[in-house]
Amino acid sequence: MATKKPRIGVFKFASCDGCQLSLLDCEDELLAIADAVEIGYFLEATRKPLTGEFDIALVEGSISTPEQIEQIHDIRNRSRMLVTIGACATAGGIQALRNFADVREFLSAVYASPEYIDTLKTSTPIADHVRVDFELRGCPVSKHHLVELISATLAGRRPNIPRHSVCIDCKRLGLTCLPVAYGIPCLGPITQSGCGVICPSYHRGCYGCFGPAHRTNVQGLVRAYQSAGVPEETLDLLLHTFNAWAPGFRESTRSVPEELLSRSTGPGGSGER
Amino acid sequence: MAGTVYVLPKERFQELLDRLKADGYQVVGPVLRDGAIVYDDLHSVDQIPRGWVDQQEPGRYQLVHDRSQRWFTFTPGPLSLKRFLFPPSLSLFRVRRNGDGVQLQVTMPEPPRYAFVGVRACDLAAVAVQDRVYIDRQGLFSDGYYAAARRKALFIAVECQSYAATCFCSSMGTGPEVNHTADVVLLELEDRFVAQPRSERGAAVLTPLALEQATDEELQRAKHYVRQAAADMERQVDLTDIRDLLLRNLENPRWDQVATRCIACANCTMVCPTCFCFSFQEVTDLTGNEAERRRVVDSCFNPEFSYAFGVEVRQSVASRYRQWLTHKFATWYDQFGVSGCVGCGRCITWCPAGIDVTEELSAIRASDGSRKEQL
Repeated sequence: MATKKPRIGVFKFASCDGCQLSLLDCEDELLAIADAVEIGYFLEATRKPLTGEFDIALVEGSISTPEQIEQIHDIRNRSRMLVTIGACATAGGIQALRNFADVREFLSAVYASPEYIDTLKTSTPIADHVRVDFELRGCPVSKHHLVELISATLAGRRPNIPRHSVCIDCKRLGLTCLPVAYGIPCLGPITQSGCGVICPSYHRGCYGCFGPAHRTNVQGLVRAYQSAGVPEETLDLLLHTFNAWAPGFRESTRSVPEELLSRSTGPGGSGER
Repeated sequence: MAGTVYVLPKERFQELLDRLKADGYQVVGPVLRDGAIVYDDLHSVDQIPRGWVDQQEPGRYQLVHDRSQRWFTFTPGPLSLKRFLFPPSLSLFRVRRNGDGVQLQVTMPEPPRYAFVGVRACDLAAVAVQDRVYIDRQGLFSDGYYAAARRKALFIAVECQSYAATCFCSSMGTGPEVNHTADVVLLELEDRFVAQPRSERGAAVLTPLALEQATDEELQRAKHYVRQAAADMERQVDLTDIRDLLLRNLENPRWDQVATRCIACANCTMVCPTCFCFSFQEVTDLTGNEAERRRVVDSCFNPEFSYAFGVEVRQSVASRYRQWLTHKFATWYDQFGVSGCVGCGRCITWCPAGIDVTEELSAIRASDGSRKEQL
């Protein structure tokens, strides 16, 4: 084991805090985590100011304001390994729905004095701005994945976090199939596994919280559901939630402004890690 | 064994289940769950989905009740026997740091003694295929869990007298008559089953029930329904030269065409009763003092399954679909001496995109020799 404990920082951008909460939710492992690492920055848990460098930066949230662009570069410069946690950080989150519309219209609808709001036109994943070493998907992330990530990093091995479809885990559990047996549209076939197949276990179609599975075929499923008679609006709503801006989902059914498509996601962008 | 055939009245079926339980078997049979008929623990005849009929088509499965007195009017659902003989996730061993050394603890459990009741010809043909995969006849490289589970298992089969639109066992030569593995074969009539013991173990299960012998008329009448089902089954695969056909069509444009529809979700391989791919997972704890090795079923449709030396070898969906189909119907013969397909039709029904393996094979045959344009 390393003689010096790795220093971890937990950072928040545009997000609901739910993924950070998943870390605090690791009740059984929390003491072991606190023992194995030094928590250098974690506003939700401690009041330490932001100083020094980090071995692992866990970054929650998307980039939605000009200041956040500066902040994420600062964090990147302070960190040996940067891991994005949750759908906001990996895909832009639910707030990336603004990317499909005009954010100024939203502002005038929501705020009494929209002129005080300084925001970007888009909500984008962290990987659109800085290099990301690993991403934990999910809305929220799985606490098992968080513990696995930390355990694997401490042991110097690759985290055991699959990128295949939900279907593989669904069938491992011995479930049947919602679309085939009930005609319920389910995003499981194109969604990365990791949640533990929560929704299909409760007879609900998968909402795609973990974003597109690795090298999947989103259009294949969209066409299959369309020809099975699933209404366009239903598919549109299904694909436009927490991972609406994830490559694969975002080109699906709703039209995307051309300038945004070309601008967003350079090499090593939000779909890859 | 041949010759003695018995009559099992339907009202005495529960006695058979009780007998199996008393003999120490964990009884598994067809039950209704999650909108389909699946194999699961079977305690009572009341759990058998009597009179239910499955309507299957590519990408669609629906149950309707036909109000008949028949018990086994359905065909197999999504889950095959492989999840019992080769569990989807299995802990193999744990290692703990112990001073300067390590301590190894085998965690692989002893498999239960299963009695599979109401299983079909395709299920048993699939077990025979998996035997070739997991059991080494020289005894050197057998899978310990599978071999032990298989050695203990008892199979009480039912011959299908009906078929789903996705079934094609008759063209694969695997059903609906039971030719493999079974210890007892049951044939259904209105109020009774004709029971044929096929092994010492099967005879030992039936003997204590002191059943009456069946007449030849009963046996022939029951067999007639099975033969009728075989004759009527429309879906088929032309197996002529199938291995060479596929291997000389690796550049056929059909692979790219099917890849536009294939989602690579892996459902076909998960429901396939012969697909056997698996991976190992090594998990360490936070202290780094303990590690566990697990074995999980995996799929050739998972791009990470083809990860080797820093590269995923089969990145495109087309390459993964081609790998699956050519393994199943071509290189499986090279590897195991039989086809990897038993014609159960599960991969057709349970594909969310409704891709039909028989149609894909026909399309390849129809376009034999075409090649996609090389850049």
